[in-house]
Amino acid sequence: MIDALGAPQSVLVLGGTSEIATAVLDRFSAQRLRRVVLAGRDPAALQVIAQRFRSNGVAAVAVETFDAADTDTHESLLDRVWAGGDIDVALLAFGVLGDQRAAEADPGLAVDWARVNYLGGLSLGLGCARRLREQGHGVLVLLSSVAGERARRSNFVYGSAKAGLDALGQGLADALHGSGARVLVVRPGFVKDRMTRGLPIPPLSTTPAQVAEVVTAAIASGRGTVWAPPALRWVMLVLRHVPRALFRRLPI
Amino acid sequence: MSEPPVSRGPAASDAGLTRSLLTGWGRTAATAARVLRPSTVEQVRDALQMVRAGGPAPSRGVAVRGLGRSYGDAAQSAGGTVVDLTGLDAVRDLQVREGDALLTCAAGASLHDLLRLLVPQGWFVPVTPGTRYVTVGGAIAADVHGKNHHRDGSFASHVESLSLLDGRGEAHLIGPQSDPEAFWATAGGMGLTGVIVEATLRLLPVQSSWMLVDTERAANLDDLLDRLSSRDHLYRYSVAWIDCLATGRSAGRGVITRGEHAPADALHGRATARAWAVPSGPLVSLPGPLPAGLLNRASVAAFNEAWFRKAPRHRAGELQPFPRFFHPLDGVGDWNAVYGRRGFLQYQFVVPIQREDTLREVLARLRGARVPSFLAVLKRFGPADPGPLSFPRPGWTLALDIPAGLPGLAGLLDECDLLVAEAGGAVYLAKDSRMRPELLSMMYPRLEEWKGTRDRLDPDRIFRTDLSRRLNL
Ligand SMILES: Cc1cc2nc3c(=O)[nH]c(=O)nc-3n(C[C@H](O)[C@H](O)[C@H](O)COP(=O)(O)OP(=O)(O)OC[C@H]3O[C@@H](n4cnc5c(N)ncnc54)[C@H](O)[C@@H]3O)c2cc1C
Ligand SMILES: NC(=O)c1ccc[n+]([C@@H]2O[C@H](COP(=O)([O-])OP(=O)(O)OC[C@H]3O[C@@H](n4cnc5c(N)ncnc54)[C@H](OP(=O)(O)O)[C@@H]3O)[C@@H](O)[C@H]2O)c1
Repeated sequence: MIDALGAPQSVLVLGGTSEIATAVLDRFSAQRLRRVVLAGRDPAALQVIAQRFRSNGVAAVAVETFDAADTDTHESLLDRVWAGGDIDVALLAFGVLGDQRAAEADPGLAVDWARVNYLGGLSLGLGCARRLREQGHGVLVLLSSVAGERARRSNFVYGSAKAGLDALGQGLADALHGSGARVLVVRPGFVKDRMTRGLPIPPLSTTPAQVAEVVTAAIASGRGTVWAPPALRWVMLVLRHVPRALFRRLPI
Repeated sequence: MSEPPVSRGPAASDAGLTRSLLTGWGRTAATAARVLRPSTVEQVRDALQMVRAGGPAPSRGVAVRGLGRSYGDAAQSAGGTVVDLTGLDAVRDLQVREGDALLTCAAGASLHDLLRLLVPQGWFVPVTPGTRYVTVGGAIAADVHGKNHHRDGSFASHVESLSLLDGRGEAHLIGPQSDPEAFWATAGGMGLTGVIVEATLRLLPVQSSWMLVDTERAANLDDLLDRLSSRDHLYRYSVAWIDCLATGRSAGRGVITRGEHAPADALHGRATARAWAVPSGPLVSLPGPLPAGLLNRASVAAFNEAWFRKAPRHRAGELQPFPRFFHPLDGVGDWNAVYGRRGFLQYQFVVPIQREDTLREVLARLRGARVPSFLAVLKRFGPADPGPLSFPRPGWTLALDIPAGLPGLAGLLDECDLLVAEAGGAVYLAKDSRMRPELLSMMYPRLEEWKGTRDRLDPDRIFRTDLSRRLNL
């Protein structure tokens, strides 16, 4: 159960090696965490992270293998996870940024990434939402992106999938209203981690630990959409309304 | 003597599958469950049977709910079934013999209704918590205490017998003599041993509905503890309010109010004509959740200061209507909305008599964190009753309300819990919404004994609450 101050006891991470997700678990494991399921592609890498939380005192840490693009396998994955008990927080943390120029040259690549970023999110988001509704409590956390809030020349292939995921999250939030379960849509800006390694660092960049702080605070306060860093909310509010001709020339 | 059973909602049989969001009084951690509101014992039995037979979501279990005055998640069950017992509120029998009275009522009857009925006949409930909007079932399940604990013990000590529907659907008539094990596992058992459907209580004779109240101020914590230790035994009722924000030489300053039921010959003035006055419902209500930020350190500190100054340094023999003495907050309906959308919690713990050091340390930490708390309640408990999960034990108990959104609160209370547990104290489950499950067996050393009895009464664990899930009870 998530307690009155927002600390969960069981967490499912889809995209178990994600740096942002690991930072979120770091915060939870200092609170009430008893059970973690790390689901991802690479069992060896997942085991390393699992070991870290075991030695942090989390009683039950399990590893599951799955591919976000392989939607046919998702239901059975979630069945296995829920067979072990309720999930207080389900965190959808998988995603691929991809190389925008490469995708423009080879649409097949864009489709592959959209399978992960959008279709994978759709399939697992719906699957988790149904189970959270049944158990009558819990939070589904979707890692969206400001890239989905206003499409940008530099990463709109990724952004278009995140826009779809974000819309899914907003809709699910309404669908789950009154069910005891809720949805948290997180819109990070540029996070300095392995996903963005080598890219030029823009202003208002943040770190996995800071995103994690925003996520845990939002789970405690019950907010539905948050930005990381929080100031991006106001930046994006402005950017959404900047005329296209001007927006195109902004150095972002 | 009896009252016709009142039915206020759909009965078990015709309730649909729609779920409702439930929280405790602190309005935190809402979860959804199907709520049934039976109005007969038969319907309660049917509801349990349905859960056992694998009706919707059997694995999620069933929780019993009274008036939802526990602060945390004790009376809710995410995804499961909640049996709201407030439809079972009939008074079945009042037997008076040689100055003694035994009342038999359905477990959903509220102390509010009972007092309205009993006081004009010269009887009082044996123990009342700080609100009279609790059910008899809830009062037994949490084994509640009142301002007379130092003298009269907790609620269950005044229960002759109760009728319990256990997890197998079997009915038991149990009491401290017949099956004491089941009785004392149920008293304080937080609804996890079965549904209490009826109880027989011993009442207290009174000569009026008024209280004779003595008030005194204490300048600081030492002074307060001294006064409580040396003079509590002279009164049936005693409690102190501490200003948690006062610092320096005033740290722990407070006001002690103690009292007795006023004898008939003590009444004067307007009390004489209204010797048996009883309260109606709440007089005013809040419009809904108030904006966050209304309660901040400055406003709370100003309130506390004004309140302390207003209290007389010493006043004896003041006549007060009993609701003002026992239930000062019941005059405002839904006052819990004052804490805004994030809600609040109540932190209540007890430490043994010799562990004033821990009490002092916890108060210092709360003060250090500048917790914006209205007055905290301090009371000296008397002997414990035999319930393994019963909270009261000889010692000091402190209770204070804290807004849930206060930054750093989780860590602060975790530290306080540790101090309390190490001192041999405990946190009160009826108030808890956040404690660490690992500390439970330290705070309640007879936990395993309780679990053994629970397993006998509910072998399939059909009784489940969010609290039992959270604390792995
Ligand atoms: C303003 C205020 C002041 C308070 N002051 C005090 C105080 O001074 N002393 C004190 O001890 N407590 C105090 N309390 C707490 C309160 O007395 C307890 O939480 C009490 O249990 C509430 O009763 P309820 O009918 O609302 O029960 P609920 O809150 O609905 O349920 C409480 C527990 O009892 C179980 N339960 C309820 N009915 C039954 C039944 N028929 N059979 C089996 N289990 C059942 C539930 O499953 C749950 O675990 C106070 C609460 C408030 C809001
Ligand atoms: N970093 C940023 O700047 C940024 C900004 C906004 C939003 N986000 C979003 O935040 C989330 C977490 O990203 P991060 O920053 O923590 O980066 P990360 O460490 O690279 O995490 C990405 C995760 O996605 C997993 N993944 C990729 N493809 C997958 C597939 N087909 N099936 C299953 N898992 C797959 C990766 O697993 P492997 O280890 O197996 O590759 C990895 O666990 C992502 O959704 C990302 O889009 C990130």
